[in-house]
Amino acid sequence: MAAVQTRSERALNLVAIAAVLVITLLFLAPIYWITSTAFKPRNLATTIPPTVIFEPEISPFVKLFTKRSQLRAAPEPEDYAAAPWWERLVFEGGEKVVRSGRGEVQLSGYPNRFMNSLIVAITSTVLAVGMGTFTAYGFSRFKMKGEADLLFFILSTRMLPPVVVAIPMFLMYRAVGLNDTHWGLIILYTAFNLSFSVWLMKGFIDEIPKEYEEAALVDGYTRLEAFFKIVLPEAATGIAATAVFCFITAWNEYAFALIMTNRRAQTAPPFIPSQVGSGLPDWTVIAAGTFLFLLPVAIFTFLLRNHLLRGMSFGAIRK
Amino acid sequence: MATVVMTSLDSKSRAASRGLSDIKIRNLFIVPTILFLIVFNIFPLIYSLGYSFTDFRASTNAPATFVGLQNYRELLNDPFIWANFAITAKYVIVSVTGQVVVGFGTAMLLNREIPFKGLITTLLLLPMMLSMAVVGLFWKLLYDPSFGIINYALGLGSFEWLANPDMALYAVAITDIWMWSPFVMLLSLAGLSAVPRHLYEAAAIDRAGPFYTFFRITLPLVAPILMIAIIFRTMEAFKTFDLAYILTSQPTTEVISIRLYKMAFQEWQTGRSCALAYIVLIMVLAITNIYVKYLNRVKER
Repeated sequence: MAAVQTRSERALNLVAIAAVLVITLLFLAPIYWITSTAFKPRNLATTIPPTVIFEPEISPFVKLFTKRSQLRAAPEPEDYAAAPWWERLVFEGGEKVVRSGRGEVQLSGYPNRFMNSLIVAITSTVLAVGMGTFTAYGFSRFKMKGEADLLFFILSTRMLPPVVVAIPMFLMYRAVGLNDTHWGLIILYTAFNLSFSVWLMKGFIDEIPKEYEEAALVDGYTRLEAFFKIVLPEAATGIAATAVFCFITAWNEYAFALIMTNRRAQTAPPFIPSQVGSGLPDWTVIAAGTFLFLLPVAIFTFLLRNHLLRGMSFGAIRK
Repeated sequence: MATVVMTSLDSKSRAASRGLSDIKIRNLFIVPTILFLIVFNIFPLIYSLGYSFTDFRASTNAPATFVGLQNYRELLNDPFIWANFAITAKYVIVSVTGQVVVGFGTAMLLNREIPFKGLITTLLLLPMMLSMAVVGLFWKLLYDPSFGIINYALGLGSFEWLANPDMALYAVAITDIWMWSPFVMLLSLAGLSAVPRHLYEAAAIDRAGPFYTFFRITLPLVAPILMIAIIFRTMEAFKTFDLAYILTSQPTTEVISIRLYKMAFQEWQTGRSCALAYIVLIMVLAITNIYVKYLNRVKER
């Protein structure tokens, strides 16, 4: 930029900076609202005017992880005395809820769905990045006929609309008993992420100078040894970035999970909307579930910030 | 020598003769992935191509009867299906235009020295990383006519967004614009920051006006990357399912993916839905083809 700025240029800059700040706040507002609603008592979640200042509570999280039936009356003193500390938080929220049928408070469906999400996302990421790295190396270092066509084929599998793939997969899974299983989803997510992983890893491996392996080959390494001992360590950052992208995609996926699972292997994305049944939903509980679900992605986004551009353009644009 | 071996796959060379040959390694590395994709993506599609010529219903045990092109003929003559395509087209236009305006505009604003620029950019990118289904659900609360913060902030009283047939599609598009403008911004910013400074300086010396500078220097140089963003978002918006499915159940928001989902998994018209899936698939592959051409063009620069 020119060292000397005119007065109008400086004014323009200030206006732009102010506009950027306003836009940033607008974009963050829904995320802030999710976070703040997750810590509100239920009666403050849906007020007009909206409640901005309040004493944060963790009772939404207690209600998120446990299940109880609603009664018309407030809890009896002996119920209160017998309740553990976290259950008292729910009582103190003024809600007329007691332990279901005076029996045990049960675990809700949420922790189980969260675990399913973790299992499916992590396993499919490991498979997609593992296979993708080998394949990317193959494409990066060896010439072959129809390479561009093969790469197009690989990418095009990623672009298929989920519902289009889901119809035959549903029938095939039904025939072999993979419906509503972890492996059913893992296979689908691995296939979905594999093409992405190949394209992105190819970009990262293309950047590793071939001279490194050439030197190793001259030193008596076999091609495989050179790959494992020279290329893989050099590609570590790329592998990590690719893995985070694949994890986020699998973690967020909705359509396949909706169609292929219903109880045993259901992940969080189809489960959380199903909590909004008929009647008035408890938005604090939904916000708490949403907050916990978004937290890992928000952390990963910060870790990934320097690679976002590259990942989002399938490795075509590098910084 | 080894330098030649790297790409020539010369099996007689010294380096390649140790351990596995290069051709074997190449196949070992590439073939499993290709096979995996064929088994889990291509084979299912062949399977459903077969069903698309039948009247099969997955909800019954009745065997499928071959009906030839009847499904395709009926679908292409069905005004309701065309209405679903029209809704999808409207959604694509509104949503992608909004994303380009907001995303490119924000990128223009950000393309200068700004304190905490890295942090601001990362924060702006957050929405697109989140789960459409889960965050989309929460927008139901934001859009709520009686206690949503959108109506409160805009002073709209109890304006109906999602329950209003005329507004619902725009409401879905607004949420999509919120999620994906950052994507257009990210790519535009990469394009903008790659425009060489000296071009602007030369334009300033020539006393070129801001409009001339924008249309003759900035836009042409950013265009290839912007096109990637536009084509990619067009493709994604065309396939959209999660947001519209979660936010509303209006007939005016029934985009083609939702129609397909209902036909396949609620009405159980399996054969017919396979035919519709193929019609959608061909359209998506056409857009993908254009997309990949642009990707490769930018890559080669």
